[in-house]
Amino acid sequence: MKEAPRLTRGQLLVLLAPYLWIGAFLLAPLLLILKISLSQSVLARPPYRPLFELADGIAGLWSKAQTLTLDAYRTLFTDSLYLDAYISSLTIAAIATLVTLLVAYPFALAMARAPANWRPFLIGLAAAPFWTSFLIRVYAWIALLKDEGLINKALIALGMIDTPIEMFATRFAVIVGIVYSYLPFMLLPIYAALERQDPTLREASADLGASPFETFLRVTLPLSREGVIAGVLLVFIPAVGEFVIPDLLGGSDTLMIGRTLWNDFFANHDWPTASAAAVVLLALLIAPLVALERLRYDPKKDGS
Amino acid sequence: MNAGSAIDPAMDMKPLLSIRHICKNYGDTTALDDVSLTIARGEFFALLGPSGCGKTTLMRCIAGFETPDAGQLVLDGCDLAGMPPYRRPVNMMFQSYALFPHLNVYENVAFGLRRKGLAKDVIEARVSELLRLTQLIPYGARRINELSGGQRQRVALARALAPGPTLLLLDEPLGALDRKLREETQFHLKQIQRETGTSFMIVTHDQDEALALADRVAVMRAGRIEQIASPNDIYDRPASRFVAGFVGDTNFIDGVVHHQSAAHLVTDFGAITLSDCQLADGAGATLSIRPEDILARHEGAGIAGVVEDFVFRGDNTLLRVRVSDAMTLRVATWDSRFAVGERVVLQFPAETPALFAESA
Repeated sequence: MKEAPRLTRGQLLVLLAPYLWIGAFLLAPLLLILKISLSQSVLARPPYRPLFELADGIAGLWSKAQTLTLDAYRTLFTDSLYLDAYISSLTIAAIATLVTLLVAYPFALAMARAPANWRPFLIGLAAAPFWTSFLIRVYAWIALLKDEGLINKALIALGMIDTPIEMFATRFAVIVGIVYSYLPFMLLPIYAALERQDPTLREASADLGASPFETFLRVTLPLSREGVIAGVLLVFIPAVGEFVIPDLLGGSDTLMIGRTLWNDFFANHDWPTASAAAVVLLALLIAPLVALERLRYDPKKDGS
Repeated sequence: MNAGSAIDPAMDMKPLLSIRHICKNYGDTTALDDVSLTIARGEFFALLGPSGCGKTTLMRCIAGFETPDAGQLVLDGCDLAGMPPYRRPVNMMFQSYALFPHLNVYENVAFGLRRKGLAKDVIEARVSELLRLTQLIPYGARRINELSGGQRQRVALARALAPGPTLLLLDEPLGALDRKLREETQFHLKQIQRETGTSFMIVTHDQDEALALADRVAVMRAGRIEQIASPNDIYDRPASRFVAGFVGDTNFIDGVVHHQSAAHLVTDFGAITLSDCQLADGAGATLSIRPEDILARHEGAGIAGVVEDFVFRGDNTLLRVRVSDAMTLRVATWDSRFAVGERVVLQFPAETPALFAESA
């Protein structure tokens, strides 16, 4: 084993900067949320009991700490609203991620197999939606999906249906919205993994008697695993907590945790419960992250 | 396996692979220009040539990765036209080895067998046999990136041999190995070829490799075949000036043919007797003579010269002998008692098969 190289002062500073950033703007707010989730809800501004007040001093801290409670978490598990929202969020996100993967993979494959001088242009096209506001793009789907929207009108005009298909304000619409919005996040890592692959490996596979489909299954697909894992994480994690898409495209049956959280914070002013819901969501998302991370190559084995 | 049974004299009459008038162009570049050759059953055949001569393109046409513009490939009596690579009973060992990084050694070797849908115990037996043949038994469970270059080379060979191809194509199989390992591997390759009785077709730019391994060598240049012959004949009786210069070390002596009782090549440092000359009197010609075919002596009859310098090469000494203002000859000798500036006498061999007309 090689000895770990020592860091120079310059390297240390460069490394420190992002960690300080994460500490100040991610970790600290997270701790704040955690603290709020343990507080009691009160009718005040802010609507929870503070832990520390300058007037109390250190002595007051202990007595205040004794007021911390798990009530908010108890609410989460007793009120079926939250449980339903979690399950619904995970289900919708999982289906949407799977669909995104199925749409993105052939897309990425075609991009990676396109002539080399075309590829930058194709990547540009794949990233083109980012030039328009996310909100506007999701809004545009309303015009497409609603009962008197473009899709239904077209289908009726073609005589394929008599009455409009109910798509807007359904789970289907939310999934379509997620697939559409997150496609580039799936596409690009898979493309990167496929583009890196040595084309002689496919020739070797064909040479050894594998049909094109077998070559895809036995060589191309397993070798793109890293890209697929990255894409799945990049889509699934934000999709679970997605707020805008279910809010704009969803209906009453598409309860997602993002909307529930929003309601608790801004409509009900129940900050502790909303914070607890956020903490549980975080815990739920770390689990698949760790699981998928384990699926990756062992760095000790995969030296190159 | 018995090597004798693989070479059935009756079957030997019919070549395993016939390459007939193959042409291949890439835009304006001609990669293959009317190439024809045959490979016999159990033969070790080498395609030798500098990079860009079309040897790899020819191999890729046989494997099915390239489609010839014209011509015909007949393997075992079966026209290969339109047959995709995965249906062809040939296997290829890639120059980069192209081993599957996500599979271990065992699964790499088993890949071709699994595609044939063979029974599990048949696959197991065959993989074990090949791991034994390539001395890889302890490494079956290793991943490819845990292997040395030599081990990877052997995995690539085992994987390509596993499906039992009628013809094995080897693209610069020793190119990535260091010098010492290369020689060892040459013997190993020959031994495996004998043991399996498979026809091997090797592509190389390394003349030593081609001469050491092959039963027959085809020397290629700019998409054409210059000569197909045994290694001995390629070396001793090169068909063109290019072959003489590409294979081995040689002296090119320019002169004019002069027929007078016997044929001579008249040069600016004297006349050399020619053993066999089809060229007309007065024709310009180039004679190729290997350094070891010229005899350097301290005294006696012959062409006079002065030792300009010498290099001791272990088994022999290479002299550079100036025979005229414009010409120095390279002479290999076992006699190491020559000094710089010494006057020597050179004697040329009685056989001079490598005489080329000026245009060649």
